[in-house]
Amino acid sequence: MVPGGAQRRGDPPSRPVRTLRVKMVLLGSSAVGKSSLALRFSKDEFRSTSPTVGCAYLTRVVHLSDVTLRFEIWDTAGQERYHSVTPLYYRGAHAALLVYDISNRESFIRAQVWLKELEKQHIPGSTVVWLVGNKGDLAQDRRVSVQEGQVLATERGLSFTETSAMSGDQVVELLLAIELCDSAHRVYEGVGAQQEVLSEWRETPLVDLCRTHTFTPAASCCRVGP
Amino acid sequence: MFPDPTEINDGDAADKEDPAESRLSDVAAQEQSLDAEPLSDQEKEQETEETENTERQNNDSTETADGGTEDAAVDHDQSDSGEFVVTVLAKAKLEEQGIGVKGRSSPLLEAGTQECPAFISHRDEDVTGDSWRQHRKHVFVLSEAGKPIYSRYGSEEALSSTMGVMMALVSFVQSGDNIIRSVYSEQHIVVFLQKGPLVLVCVSSSRQSEEQLRGELLYVYYQIISMLTQASISRIFEHKKNYDLRRLLAGSEKILDGLLNLVDSDPSFLLAAIHCLPLASSLRDSLSHILQKAITPNLVFSILVAKNQLLTIVQEKTVIEDTRLEPTDVHLLLNLIGASSAFQAGEIWTPICLPLFNPDCYFYAYISYLDPPECTVCLLLLSTDKEAFYAVAECKRKIEEAMVAQNSLSLIAKAQSYSVSQVGVSDLRHFMYKPFDVPDTYRQLTQFTSPEMEAPYSSEEEKMRLLDLYRFMHSRIHSTSRPLKLIYHVAERETLLAWVTSKFELYTCFSPLVTKACAITAITKLLRWIKKEEDRLFIRYPPKYSTTPNPSKSSRGGKSDQQDSTDNGFLSLL
Ligand SMILES: Nc1nc2c(ncn2[C@@H]2O[C@H](COP(=O)(O)OP(=O)(O)OP(=O)(O)O)[C@@H](O)[C@H]2O)c(=O)[nH]1
Ligand SMILES: [Mg+2]
Repeated sequence: MVPGGAQRRGDPPSRPVRTLRVKMVLLGSSAVGKSSLALRFSKDEFRSTSPTVGCAYLTRVVHLSDVTLRFEIWDTAGQERYHSVTPLYYRGAHAALLVYDISNRESFIRAQVWLKELEKQHIPGSTVVWLVGNKGDLAQDRRVSVQEGQVLATERGLSFTETSAMSGDQVVELLLAIELCDSAHRVYEGVGAQQEVLSEWRETPLVDLCRTHTFTPAASCCRVGP
Repeated sequence: MFPDPTEINDGDAADKEDPAESRLSDVAAQEQSLDAEPLSDQEKEQETEETENTERQNNDSTETADGGTEDAAVDHDQSDSGEFVVTVLAKAKLEEQGIGVKGRSSPLLEAGTQECPAFISHRDEDVTGDSWRQHRKHVFVLSEAGKPIYSRYGSEEALSSTMGVMMALVSFVQSGDNIIRSVYSEQHIVVFLQKGPLVLVCVSSSRQSEEQLRGELLYVYYQIISMLTQASISRIFEHKKNYDLRRLLAGSEKILDGLLNLVDSDPSFLLAAIHCLPLASSLRDSLSHILQKAITPNLVFSILVAKNQLLTIVQEKTVIEDTRLEPTDVHLLLNLIGASSAFQAGEIWTPICLPLFNPDCYFYAYISYLDPPECTVCLLLLSTDKEAFYAVAECKRKIEEAMVAQNSLSLIAKAQSYSVSQVGVSDLRHFMYKPFDVPDTYRQLTQFTSPEMEAPYSSEEEKMRLLDLYRFMHSRIHSTSRPLKLIYHVAERETLLAWVTSKFELYTCFSPLVTKACAITAITKLLRWIKKEEDRLFIRYPPKYSTTPNPSKSSRGGKSDQQDSTDNGFLSLL
């Protein structure tokens, strides 16, 4: 069974190899290029994108000599109305890419807010966090220097890189680096077992403040149409 | 068949009405079965309930012209405040802003000709320019504090003073314990709709009825609710009266623009019914069966869509016991998918509210195209469990596998809408048929069927003109002051017949020279044809599945995950 959206690189190896799952989440303000990076990761393409709705799930399978890596990429929506549901997507991630746009200072500031949020949620050590300055090709419009990015990353113990989803610059390097970091953290899991990984996320149950009635359509005001 | 019609003709050839229609309408109430010849018996019927032949509601442009002043319609006959409203709206500030445009437009003659090409962003438009004023239908959304939330054309910032005036109007009338509903001027009608903390305003020169326009504003409201929920919106504004809701709606302008374009171009919205893609019933059944088999706990709706039309929908048993899926909710879902290419980027997992199902809760929707890169066949799986992504995605794999095994995709690709020529009735150019005959045991989705719009309605202008005629007929049929059961309308370039019974609502368009007798015979044939084809034209028996282990009331009470914790989130961002 080929996982949806996954791309096999070359022929699948004949002998059975371990398949390791890497859950990776992309976070950051709207329009910084998360979906564009995700598209580079999964299909090595760049095309025009629409603002993400909720979260897009993509996969990419990479065959190495002794191991098959299955990247599960959670490309979250940066728009504000989805912020409150984002924890749903980043819990349990092995790698989190905190993306900003080097030509947009505001997005760099937002990235620091995201970071606080993330630090509240994730168990230190279980998620490798990358700070990614995207749109590196827009050097003429740069509003955030490489050094600022680097300093922030060092301060907070993050890995740092600048990429360009448009040109593809540093994208593969980033993916490989995530792989390496990940093996160091030994967070792989066999993918053969039908694990429902999201069930592990229940460690922070959200308080249900709302009423518990369900399936009850609104009593009134429910007619529409001329 | 019928006595010679005594046509009322006031010199304007655009509209003729026939007194015979009241006779027909009476019969229509007699419940003819579709198999019987519904119209042939009616000749005998002599009673008349009402004679609808003198009212001339559609020509108000001439009526208002002799008065030289605008009509104001404010609830409860508050003529003094009404006058004030008109003065303010038509003469004062708003006139500068484009309400009270010169140049008439009648829906029956030249409607649609000014319409801008669809799907072009009008955000950057100059709101002081003439072209801005000439849009056929403006829609504005503002908060009770008068803060702009959305404008169909032009940026909200540039329009903030206009919206301020609108809100002033609303509040002024409100201060007299009243609600402003509409303002009529010579060329425009301004319709207001207040829903909770939101005020929606439509300024239209389309000559649609107030009720129709209000219905459209309601669609806009519901689309906003589908993204944020009613509860969140109320809570946000309770906390902070002058909150800028655009923060939370950022990026959704496209969805609202798309909705308004659809409302103008797709009669589904007018009829409040679903148009499914015609499909051999065996194929539709096999697709339904595939969906029925791929289930997981808390899955409530499985929906398959092709070319933005419904193929099939499978619903959770206990859910449809309590309620049914409203066409509006389906329209909003289809618009969401159609308006954004975001769904082509992998598998989407997103909270979404079905406002008519429950305006305060989120479902979690799994959305994925089954035929990348073409992206025409889309699968939607709605769950009440926000953590169910992997389980639901697994359902998709099962569905995909089964569809590959049955070669479903290529069969779906061949499916298409039909031509009116298949009906085999000369002179019949187009029709819309919405049945009400729902089998009692199935809570059926309200649907309608309609052929492709072909020549002479192939150009965008002509399509819009026909739709405007239908909208006009619809407004007469559903007029609140004087509802009609049957209208025979001789327009300039075609003849239309609209007929509503307790079993169906039908709109037909004939070539202009058709006689009434011919039209009646044609409709009889058409109804027979539809009856014969109904298995193909409609989703006949929406299939069900059971995904609750113990489908009792208590188990449903436990599904509180549907309730949304994001309210906290929104508030924390304030
Ligand atoms: N010049 C340049 N443009 C880019 C790059 N990456 C993305 N873009 C452009 O930036 C815009 C936004 O990109 P997306 O990938 O949709 O942004 P996003 O972060 O996914 O946005 P949301 O889904 O709303 O959160 C698009 O117009 C892209 O073409 C890049 O590396 N260089
Ligand atoms: Mg995106």
